[in-house]
Amino acid sequence: MTSAPSKRIVTGADLSSRGEPYLWSMGGALALGLLMIFGFLALVAWNGFATFYPKPVEVLRLKDGSMVAGEPTRSEMYRLPKNELDSLDQKARKAVQEDKGFGRRTLYRTGNFDLYNEDFVWVSDFKVMERSEPKTILFIERMEWGPFIGLLQALTVKGEKLAAGSFTLDRLEEEHRKAVERRKRVKDIERDEMGALNYELDRARLALRRIALEKGKESPEYRAEERRQDARAAPLQTRYGLLQKEAESIKREDGLYSVVLRDIRGTEKTLALSQLVRFYPANDLTLRGKFKIYASRWIEFLTAEPREANTEGGVLPAIFGTFVMTVLLAVAVAPFGIMAALYLREYAKQGRLVSLVRICVNNLAGVPSIVYGVFGLGFFAYILGGTIDQLFFPERLPNPTFGSGGLLWASLTLAMLTVPVVIVSTEEALAAVPQSMREGSLACGASKWQTIKNIVLPKAMPGIMTGLILAMARGAGEVAPLMLVGVVKIAPSLPLDDLFPFLHLERSFMHLGFHIYDVGFQSRNSEAGKPMVFVTTLLLIGLVAVMNATAIYIRNRLKRKYYVGHF
Amino acid sequence: MEAKARVDFDNTDTIYHTKPGGGGSILDIERFCLWYGRAQALFNNTLNIERGLVTALIGPSGCGKSTLLRSLNRMNDLIAGLSISGTIVFEGKNIYDPDVDVIGLRKRMGMVFQKPNPFPMSIADNVTYPLKVDHVTDRRVLEDTLERALKGAALWDEVKDRLKDSALGLSGGQQQRLCIARAIAADPDFLLMDEPCSALDPLATTKIEDLINELKGRYTIIIVTHNMQQAARVSDNTAFLYLGRLIEYGETNAIFTRPRLRQTEDYITGRFG
Repeated sequence: MTSAPSKRIVTGADLSSRGEPYLWSMGGALALGLLMIFGFLALVAWNGFATFYPKPVEVLRLKDGSMVAGEPTRSEMYRLPKNELDSLDQKARKAVQEDKGFGRRTLYRTGNFDLYNEDFVWVSDFKVMERSEPKTILFIERMEWGPFIGLLQALTVKGEKLAAGSFTLDRLEEEHRKAVERRKRVKDIERDEMGALNYELDRARLALRRIALEKGKESPEYRAEERRQDARAAPLQTRYGLLQKEAESIKREDGLYSVVLRDIRGTEKTLALSQLVRFYPANDLTLRGKFKIYASRWIEFLTAEPREANTEGGVLPAIFGTFVMTVLLAVAVAPFGIMAALYLREYAKQGRLVSLVRICVNNLAGVPSIVYGVFGLGFFAYILGGTIDQLFFPERLPNPTFGSGGLLWASLTLAMLTVPVVIVSTEEALAAVPQSMREGSLACGASKWQTIKNIVLPKAMPGIMTGLILAMARGAGEVAPLMLVGVVKIAPSLPLDDLFPFLHLERSFMHLGFHIYDVGFQSRNSEAGKPMVFVTTLLLIGLVAVMNATAIYIRNRLKRKYYVGHF
Repeated sequence: MEAKARVDFDNTDTIYHTKPGGGGSILDIERFCLWYGRAQALFNNTLNIERGLVTALIGPSGCGKSTLLRSLNRMNDLIAGLSISGTIVFEGKNIYDPDVDVIGLRKRMGMVFQKPNPFPMSIADNVTYPLKVDHVTDRRVLEDTLERALKGAALWDEVKDRLKDSALGLSGGQQQRLCIARAIAADPDFLLMDEPCSALDPLATTKIEDLINELKGRYTIIIVTHNMQQAARVSDNTAFLYLGRLIEYGETNAIFTRPRLRQTEDYITGRFG
């Protein structure tokens, strides 16, 4: 619209009386915030989704005659130190000097940590004589020592050696599949079946010890229990021996299958076939082959246990730990927070004291989370857990049962941390229920509690659920207090299994948030862990999103249910 | 001009000329005073409510008519810092005695509020709510009550096919009639109405007024209203309150045609208030 200056329009003296001077900055602030959030999500998603995609392997012949084979990871410009510059030949030095003393170098993931004592190597571009991508080179992931990059030399099947070239990769894959099955069977026997037997023996031993502590070793109860256990121990021992034998025979057979590999410098390495996780000719993959590798890596990541100090393998225990802990947190915080808020809003006489309590609750939400961790360790684990141990698990002392960090204490600590969020949002939801609703119900002759139960709570439920969702989201992502009350780098067993009492609240557990920190900054090789940081972050965001979406779905169902009921 | 007596507010004797209802007095309010904290809202109100008649409470905003109405079923108890003196006697007992069952009292006084306040439930659940808080679970009783109350509130024909739909989907006038149905579902003695038509359009207002005329006799109705015509149309007796005092309490016809006090005349003719 064009506006000719008009005498009748009287404009104000300054800008604020004529327009919306801050509209741009307000909109800009919002846009900037959104941009940062989406930028962050895009960064995590890009790095996370790209990590598992198989990259080509380059083979370099350097000017000094040595060979390097590896996945190019990233490259950068760097300033050459003087002695390195002096050692260059004329041509290369001139090129560097033209770039003001800077040269380009590339980081290669060479693997073969057992041979080279390093996983990664920087190679300056001017040192490279020849660069190639041979189709025969293999990228091999192993159970130990990280990846191996090299060539296939021979395959031993049942002790019979087949030279490379006399068999196809498909044959190797088939033999590998069988070997992996053997490895899994050994693990099943050793970890699950023998583990269950050990668990049973341990429980029996503890039961005996308990009787000894309560009645004394001379008591008839002790003798009876001892006799009973001796009778039961024999078949257990036999079974144990049988399992051991089976595992050993599988292992012996496994020893007959191996591969001989050779790295690019000519060193030979013999590996048991079952020690291989997966292998692929990095420069000879079709798109379909690449996606197969990609999918198999994702499946391993989501369903397997970690290997190699968490930098390889999967994160199933961490996913599981995060999930179980968050559910327990919600179960603990919901009744606690809602009831406290009900008292504060519906029953307590509104006055100075209640205002003070309200301010305190609001401030609690701002206490640094590590403080809650210290409280959880000091009060829950040491005082409460120590007492529980003395009263209920004296036979296990001095080993703590509940007396150290574990799933229960971690959940309760996070419940404490998030209860202010629930109280505040529940109070707001209750306050938003119109007074006329309460009056209507009371005028019908309902008691105060009936009014709360039938009218106020259903009406406030969506708001309360929103608070719970916020609390869950905050709890699921919290790491600092957990490091004090039960999260560990590697948990020997999941908190939920098929052994009585199924949910082991006293066990320590793994957590995705802590896993990110551990993989990224605490592992042997932070360069190898870096991509895993993004993958795990992506997963954590995904897990929290899924849990929140579920809670929102339940909330909307509740809304509908309370909106239209029937008798 | 100076034909009628002026009111001296500090020392007023209320003028009474009420129409007796035949059933005698059901509620005796005697020197009733009420304070919100330190502010006194009602001063020595003394009046009888006639059984089976419609009594209208009129007066300018803030005169205490709603407060008086809400004192009758002790809804004011919810307010912190409230104190009272005087008595309200119902069936020979002061309802402010400490041993009175307040919940039982409220069940005998159905209440309809200024703004329709249906609960966020189905139509059926709204109407049977007073029974459900008494743990009535017999389906037949519930269904009979539902039909009787909805017919009593002239809503049955409009909602009988969608009893399980949300009550919040009804129009404002329907919602208010639903609230009346809810108020009469437990078969109370009284129907207390606090400006029941102030949020409704003229058509819905007419329907509610017709309903009041129908319900008259079965229930003792006390209605607070700002609308003079409405008070004149529906009520038998009218009480005029001003600044917390009962000024004149008399037969509606007389109040609106020949008020005894200048104060009353000024108000009903719109000269103040």
